[in-house]
Amino acid sequence: MANPLDIAAAAMNAQMLRLNTTASNLANADTVASSEEAAYRARQTVFATVLDGQRNATGVAVSGITESQAPIPKRYEPGHPLADDAGYVYGSNVNSVEEMANMLSASRSFQNNAEVFSTVKTLTLRALQLGKQ
Amino acid sequence: MAISFDKALGVHQQALLLRQQRSELLASNIANADTPGYKARDIDFRQALAGTAISTLALSRSNAAHLTGGSGAISGSGAAEVKYRQPHQPSLDGNTVESHVEQAAFADNSLRYQATLDFLGSRFSGLKSVLQGGQ
Repeated sequence: MANPLDIAAAAMNAQMLRLNTTASNLANADTVASSEEAAYRARQTVFATVLDGQRNATGVAVSGITESQAPIPKRYEPGHPLADDAGYVYGSNVNSVEEMANMLSASRSFQNNAEVFSTVKTLTLRALQLGKQ
Repeated sequence: MAISFDKALGVHQQALLLRQQRSELLASNIANADTPGYKARDIDFRQALAGTAISTLALSRSNAAHLTGGSGAISGSGAAEVKYRQPHQPSLDGNTVESHVEQAAFADNSLRYQATLDFLGSRFSGLKSVLQGGQ
């Protein structure tokens, strides 16, 4: 039987992973590399619903992590130790504004699910007290 | 005469099950608030309860071969029909979860779950008081 506690916990796990990817993206916003292939690309989590065969209740899981296909910015810095033969370094395609918005959204969703978790916990405890008063 | 728990507890045990089922649905709606293509779902509580409730109406019998029906018979499978929610503002990725709506529904459901628990609790204490002869 699918439990609301399990559902909320699965959602909190998924949001935590999303928060981790956002942190990694923000941390690597200024990373440079010596080729376009080696440059850091912003990562995004993909959420998918977990279907439960018997019951209607469903959880959520991260089905994969995609890399952004946005163009990699290149800068002409011949003095940089990582510069290639033509004198270019390749930055990351992380969009800080998008990442900040993503972070806020993830943290709000996490809060929502934490709230659900604590409410369900209180209700279950009360159900256990049934008939004892 | 045997004590019938079904009669003593009334509609509240079915209500509690439905509240539980609804809390699972609402929890999964909130959990999938960011999942692309997810459609928010809910149950129509009134309809679902009417489908599972103990029928209190006795059938009128004009012939001894007629079924007695009525009192104490629990009808319905206990599983409520799940419906899709009509969103006020669906988002571009096909997700129809609106966090505030789900939050409100969840809070409402929790409150009513507690109320049902209280009703059940008072039924139990009533039974206890009867068993102890009011002492």
